[in-house]
Amino acid sequence: MNWQAIRSIYTFEMARFFRTLTQSFISPVISTSLYFVVFGAAIGSRIQEVDGVSYGAFIVPGLIMLTVMTQAISNASFGIYFPKFMGTIYELLSAPVNFLEIVLGYVGAAATKALFIGVVILITSAFFVDLQIMHPFAMVAFLLLTCVSFSLFGFIIGIWAQNFEQLQLIPLLVVTPLVFLGGSFYSISMLPPIWQTVTLFNPVVYLISGFRWAFFGISDVPIGLSLLAIAAFSGLCLIAVWWIFKSGWRIRK
Amino acid sequence: MAAILSVRDLIKRYDDGFEALKGVTLDIEKGEILALLGPNGAGKTTLISTICGITEGTSGSVTVGGHDIVKGYRAARSMIGLVPQEINLEPFERVLNTVRFSRGLFGKPKNEAHIEKILRQLSLWDKKDNRIMELSGGMKRRVLIAKALSHEPEVLFLDEPTAGVDVELRKDMWEIVADLKSHGTTIILTTHYIEEAEAIADRIGVIAKGELLLVEEKQALMTRMGQKQLQIDLVEPVTDLPAALGTYDLEITDEGNSVLYTYDTRRERTGITALLAALAKQGMIMRDLQTRQSSLEDIFVGLVAEDAA
Repeated sequence: MNWQAIRSIYTFEMARFFRTLTQSFISPVISTSLYFVVFGAAIGSRIQEVDGVSYGAFIVPGLIMLTVMTQAISNASFGIYFPKFMGTIYELLSAPVNFLEIVLGYVGAAATKALFIGVVILITSAFFVDLQIMHPFAMVAFLLLTCVSFSLFGFIIGIWAQNFEQLQLIPLLVVTPLVFLGGSFYSISMLPPIWQTVTLFNPVVYLISGFRWAFFGISDVPIGLSLLAIAAFSGLCLIAVWWIFKSGWRIRK
Repeated sequence: MAAILSVRDLIKRYDDGFEALKGVTLDIEKGEILALLGPNGAGKTTLISTICGITEGTSGSVTVGGHDIVKGYRAARSMIGLVPQEINLEPFERVLNTVRFSRGLFGKPKNEAHIEKILRQLSLWDKKDNRIMELSGGMKRRVLIAKALSHEPEVLFLDEPTAGVDVELRKDMWEIVADLKSHGTTIILTTHYIEEAEAIADRIGVIAKGELLLVEEKQALMTRMGQKQLQIDLVEPVTDLPAALGTYDLEITDEGNSVLYTYDTRRERTGITALLAALAKQGMIMRDLQTRQSSLEDIFVGLVAEDAA
């Protein structure tokens, strides 16, 4: 393993993040606060408790997941797309590094940024609602797995994208709807039966449900299934990334 | 001396069937400067990209310092520094950081002293905290060289280092190359400026349409391939050449005041003695004689044209 290279990529990417720390930090705090004002206070005051949890607290896990997923994807996709766009990827390709080292560097940095923002939102939330975390270890595990797997997914998008429009396409057309329909703001038991079944095909449901379980001990789907879902998603992303580097798809001419 | 870089029957065929490299075989010795000359699209960049791992060859093999570039890619690539043709740099990054990054990426431990030495050598030290986008084109090219040198490579590839660069910077670049050579770095550079190859290379390879037409010592190449011209200035101007001189490749120039004789140095007999005797016999009195060696450019144009024919 070329640890030096992993560290170099990681610190180089993190430096980009710290250069724009204010934006990276302030925008999630503001958007989270807005969600709390709109959903928590305005709408939430008219909604009774969901499964014994106040609505304001109920949306916290979903809100964190929502931001973590989108941040992980955008950080990782941009992180690898930018060198492709600028042409600086020649250096990665000619360096004595293998695919695993490149992925560890880029995905590690993207996941760290997403995790950082996730924690910021968690702290912000604590100012609005009383939070309890029943299973802290599970909470951390879910958060970490989500950061990593969605960063991997973002990495794949970044390699696939051939222009800035495509870079935005998947997050906008696929990820945002899946996340919003994944039960961030509601329990899927609130849906009509037919839609409950449809929802079960949305992988994000399993993540949000599992994450919410870590907080309140309540979930829409069994916790084991949630873990399996995220493990399967990470596995698929890893295989895809491995194939990309093996075949040189959209990287090597 | 042992070859530090060895290319064997390297073929690069793209999916659409286009062959960018048609079986290139080349050995480069440690410490030499090889210039690869060729027109645009000849395969110079493809050859470099394949050796450096940016593109994959279709068949054939390449070893660097005895390490195969596929099986031993780590060892092979660690020895190589690449300065690409395009100025590919992150505009918002600072000079020092990008150079540090390159060193780390190639697996070398931190060495600030080495990085300072390179930046000073390339007159970049006082720009070390500048963002890349604040630098001039020439400075950016130096940053690319600094990045390539940051991990102390033994073989340095310079892909058209002076394309679109002003004369002064070009001369600077040549000095940098000479300095690197004096420190034992092997350098392969591509160029389509003949004068560049002529000025700095030890050996010259000519590549056209994916084929390496020849690789030869610069001097030997120029002597071997060189045509020479003998200019004979006459006391009395002439309008026509006597029929007796019809067997010589002669041309009247300078309004009849001189005669130009083109001959091939490769021939055993250049025919100069006989020509001069013949001229004297015709009563043409010579005032002066001078010879001119054809430049590498003439040779190059001749070779590529020959190949195209």
